[in-house]
Amino acid sequence: MENLRYELSSTRPAGGTRAVGLVGVVASGNLEVLLERGAAPDRCVIDIATPAHGFAALWQAVTADFAARMAAGGLRITVNDGGARPDTVALRLAQGVRLMEKPE
Amino acid sequence: MRDWNTKGRDRQARLEAGRHLATGKIVAAQDLVAFLEAILRPGDRVCLEGDNQKQADVLAKALAKVDPAKVNGLHMVQSGVVLPEHLDIFETGIARRLDFSYSGPQSARIARMMFGGQIELGAVHTYLELFARYFIDLTPQVALIAAVSADKDGNLYTGPNTEDTPTVVEATSFGKGLVIAQVGEIVDKVPRVDIPADQVHFVVDAGRPFYVEPLFTRDPAAITETQILTAMLAIKGLYAPYGVRRLNHGIGFNTAAIELLLPTYGERLGLKGKVCTHWALNPHPTLIPAIESGWVEQIHCFGSEVGMEDYMRARPDIFFTGPDGSLRSNRAFCQTAGLYACDMFIGSTLQIDLAGNSSTVTGGRVAGFGGAPNMGSDARGRRHPSAPWLRAGQEADPDGPPPLRRGRKLVVQIGETFGDGNAPMFVERLGALELADKLDLDLAPVMVYGDDVTHIVTEEGIANLLLCRDKDEREQAIRGVAGYTEVGRARDRGMVERLRERKVIQRPEDLGIDPLDADRSLLVAHSIKDLMIASGGLYRPPSRFRNW
Repeated sequence: MENLRYELSSTRPAGGTRAVGLVGVVASGNLEVLLERGAAPDRCVIDIATPAHGFAALWQAVTADFAARMAAGGLRITVNDGGARPDTVALRLAQGVRLMEKPE
Repeated sequence: MRDWNTKGRDRQARLEAGRHLATGKIVAAQDLVAFLEAILRPGDRVCLEGDNQKQADVLAKALAKVDPAKVNGLHMVQSGVVLPEHLDIFETGIARRLDFSYSGPQSARIARMMFGGQIELGAVHTYLELFARYFIDLTPQVALIAAVSADKDGNLYTGPNTEDTPTVVEATSFGKGLVIAQVGEIVDKVPRVDIPADQVHFVVDAGRPFYVEPLFTRDPAAITETQILTAMLAIKGLYAPYGVRRLNHGIGFNTAAIELLLPTYGERLGLKGKVCTHWALNPHPTLIPAIESGWVEQIHCFGSEVGMEDYMRARPDIFFTGPDGSLRSNRAFCQTAGLYACDMFIGSTLQIDLAGNSSTVTGGRVAGFGGAPNMGSDARGRRHPSAPWLRAGQEADPDGPPPLRRGRKLVVQIGETFGDGNAPMFVERLGALELADKLDLDLAPVMVYGDDVTHIVTEEGIANLLLCRDKDEREQAIRGVAGYTEVGRARDRGMVERLRERKVIQRPEDLGIDPLDADRSLLVAHSIKDLMIASGGLYRPPSRFRNW
């Protein structure tokens, strides 16, 4: 298992009031994303646990694009990866932000 | 004085040689090998009917057993290389040269045999192109075809899988060649005459139905959320704005997802009756829910699909059916329809390069093309206008004088940026080029040329290549939807953002697509069983797809 942490600047703060959100499942080729609030409003902190070693550069690219494109400021995100492809990771992260915006 | 009937006399000689081993037109199955040795000559051009779906399997097995000392060096001209026997005959020297279209199940072995020099390759064709050559420079001397049943005179019933047969028979029979049919049974009266008896010279009672492969059944249970996202992008970003009513879908999971989103997502967007009404399409089981909810007006089919027979028989307003009630498919006509009468082709591929060229040749596999290069090309001979065609033409050439401006067919490549086994869909150099180098081919087997492609859809967004004004814009538009593949990560970010401002690239968020909708609950059917239920029990899935 490889553990990665990224602290990224995200200029737009996350919307909504939901305290916590969970999307996805831990399964082969999939991932679980837990979203909580608590980071600084212009920061997004992402912790990743992945069984696939050697993909740090790819995680860096996917998470940096995510933080730049989406309103993710203030979010602490924990990723439990099951060896998902980057397209699936990007989709789950986007789904997580949308879930936090939704009324409970 | 010149003899003007050498071909007719040649056929007469073969007919007489064959009659010694036949009773009338009927050849007994146990005499088949000797019969083929009697009527075939070394170097003959032979069409051994291997279609996309149905196979003249009994004739193929018999041909593989003929004595190579008697019959050798055949030139095989057939659209599908599907059965092991189709390649066995090249190992024994019975056949030497091959012109074909599609080789899906044999893609690895056919590549090895080409590299090993056992197969002399003519060309890999699109279906319509090979059919065209049957009438010009590849007319078969002998055609070995497949039908459901025959009567004593040799009238043939092909059932729902008519496919290539009328085309093969037309070229062979009127070109003074010999037509031999394997049939599942001999009956007093065929349910309908698909091939008239005077075009058929011999009939073999195989005693069982021909082999047919379910090629177009996609299990909804296997559709991923990323595929659903690409399908939403296509519906909202292409089908809706262009108003695409006449189209063809490829056989991948992305287009299956589109079919399963029409009654849910498409309905929500108010698109019913405005898109997807007329189709050139194989009978995809995943289209059943859309048909049942009134989206579809008419479908013409290239072939049939195992299990769909009763459903189509019960929906004669939608499908082309004969006086017997069953589907009449016809690959040549449906390919023509896909080329000239459809405004969109959308399908998947394995590799796309920086110019938008796409290919299914990858590392030692040659799968051929089937119909994709034909459907996936602009019809330069088209003259009738339609809204999507005119709009695409206007986007490509906004300053041209409208009455003289050609429209464009929408040719869309759709897929995830990473495919099976995490292979990237975007590459700097196509595998097809390596194949061309290795085999010393004049032409690399490119499935869809970049200058015919109008849009590329991935989970990252839609690239509209019609709006690109030069080679650099085109390359960056492609890189800009190539996700985290090496090609995608090497993008010029500034230029990609400028292309996005001009709507050359559109992201899901630009189209107001909610990523939370990319969920399997959006599919109108979640399993093969759901499709069966949607059909009112008329669709009978083959056993391999029944997991309940």
